[in-house]
Amino acid sequence: MLNIRDKGAEVWEGWNRPKRVAFVLISIFVAGLLPFAANWGPTSFLNTPITSFQNVLVYPVGMFILMALGLNIVVGKSGLLDLGYVAFFAIGAYSQAILSTKFGWSTWEVLPVGIGIAMFSGMLLGLPALRLRGDYLAIITLGFGEIVRIIALNSKQTGGPNGVAGIPNPPAVFGFKFDLMHPEHYFWLVLGMILLVVWMIRRFTVRRPGRAWEAIRQDEDVAALMGVNTLVYKLWSFVIGAAVGGAAGVLYASKVMVISPDMFKFDVSVLILACVVFGGIGNIWGVILGAGILAYLPDRIRFISDARQVIFGLVLIIMMNVRPDGLLPRKKREKISEKSKK
Amino acid sequence: MNFSVVTSQFWSLCLQGVALGLIYSLISLGYTMVYGVLRLINFANSEVFMVGTFSILFIQVSILKHPLNIKPIHGFQLIGALLLSLVGAMLVCALLAMLVELVAYRRLRAHGTNRLASLISAIGTSIFLSESFRILTHSRPQTSPRLLEKWTFGEIAGANFRIDTVMAIVASIAIFFALDQFVNRSRLGAAIRAVSMSEENSRLMGINLNRVVTLTFAIGGLTTGAAAFFYTTIYENTQFNVGFNLGIAAFTAAVLGGIGNLRGAFYGGLALGLIEQFASAILGSQWKAVTVFLVLVLVLLIKPSGIFGEAVQQTRT
Repeated sequence: MLNIRDKGAEVWEGWNRPKRVAFVLISIFVAGLLPFAANWGPTSFLNTPITSFQNVLVYPVGMFILMALGLNIVVGKSGLLDLGYVAFFAIGAYSQAILSTKFGWSTWEVLPVGIGIAMFSGMLLGLPALRLRGDYLAIITLGFGEIVRIIALNSKQTGGPNGVAGIPNPPAVFGFKFDLMHPEHYFWLVLGMILLVVWMIRRFTVRRPGRAWEAIRQDEDVAALMGVNTLVYKLWSFVIGAAVGGAAGVLYASKVMVISPDMFKFDVSVLILACVVFGGIGNIWGVILGAGILAYLPDRIRFISDARQVIFGLVLIIMMNVRPDGLLPRKKREKISEKSKK
Repeated sequence: MNFSVVTSQFWSLCLQGVALGLIYSLISLGYTMVYGVLRLINFANSEVFMVGTFSILFIQVSILKHPLNIKPIHGFQLIGALLLSLVGAMLVCALLAMLVELVAYRRLRAHGTNRLASLISAIGTSIFLSESFRILTHSRPQTSPRLLEKWTFGEIAGANFRIDTVMAIVASIAIFFALDQFVNRSRLGAAIRAVSMSEENSRLMGINLNRVVTLTFAIGGLTTGAAAFFYTTIYENTQFNVGFNLGIAAFTAAVLGGIGNLRGAFYGGLALGLIEQFASAILGSQWKAVTVFLVLVLVLLIKPSGIFGEAVQQTRT
């Protein structure tokens, strides 16, 4: 099957540095223009019928890309199946909700704390869970996701089933206001975070943690034999993934202003995982593309309102049957080593 | 916290826990059998259960023409109606499970692709089925007609032996016994066990892999269908998302007993049902899922292969 990923990599490797820099800058610029795409003639077909296109770009599209990238570190890079990723999103969102409404913190103050809490809970979950092998890890993380939601649903501090209302928007930075009138500012903020995460993942990948994750993903026993401290690196990938999810949660809560436990159901974890696998496990660009499509599609096809989830399910089945490695699969050399394992 | 309820209603809670637990065990077979053979979490099984409950509704309301408000029936008519619902649901579920395998898994398996792709395909099937039924039922819960009058055999030590509970317990145990005999004694059962030990070697021994896989899915479907029947006779309602919670509980039961292990699923389900009943009696029903998962985490930490160990020990993923 056609591997666009490898074609792209070939072209990229043929370029010299100025060309690459120019390409990256232009891509970022084009991505930054996306909020205006709905109003511009040739791309107006992108417009979404019910929710405004700019809001769709922030949530679900931007948020899901961010979370899918975070989950990709766990599932794609080190091969750990996490079915409760929404828990970290919920933890981030609830830290923002509680710290801002009860203690009056601004979003920028909550952000590092929220990320910290998410990382800490990731460690708390990971320390016992990561000693188990694949499928048990999946069920434990699934359980963790449900536990976080049930605690949010049943305790007084989190407002029970009604959730928390009146979460303030982030204060303005450099004249960029974050309120209902300016969804494009939110989009740029999310875009900035996505770029930051992409950069972080790329740096990790070429360094020691990235190599360790790759080794763990291909064969954990061999990795351990080669002197990789598997538990530590698995924990790292888990905690970093949790940090990204927590950051997304903080931003999300300050964007929607009202959160309730209903928003953090198992479906969201599944959807994020579907984004990762749909796009191409382990490949950043594939994950971004997959998350973009899967998050955007249900809003675009809202006109067939009732059947859209049915179609979504069908798309997943067909896609996996036609392109089981996702839209943009991993590099070939990474895949070959995976095959030889069998 | 309400510990007095444990002493006052101990036997009653036990009885309900056993009935619920056996329903869990029957569903968990749909996970554990498939996992044993393919090392694959059959996520769509929860929706097979959901379709099973609706098929019973369909059989009782549309084919047997029992409107919701009719009086319970008696005698041979009752036995016939119950048997028809049970067998019908089992067949529908078995066919659906086989169809799911054909559509969602077979092609992926033939290509030898990663297991995550199959998982997403299963999730896609699951979304497709539950959303289709959501649209068909307009998101409304459906009540099933009461064919069986809920008379009781009498109370023993505070436990109310109602006919539907007793029927569920006795029939589930019978199904488990039959299945256990089938897997351990018959030729096809030997083929299933062989494939779960080594796919490669069993193929070399001349076992038709696809047939065994289909059979496994069919068995999982049959038991899930039976579970759907007992569930609807006891609780008398269903909904498009009924499969979700029961599916997770059943999967937990399978892991608890040691996934891939037939007898493990039985005891895992029982244990889970009892834990759930007591946890919801003591802590309140909103915390029961948390307790169940905490128990699961503890069990896995102390004994990672489940209480009864896996059918085939696999130290590597």
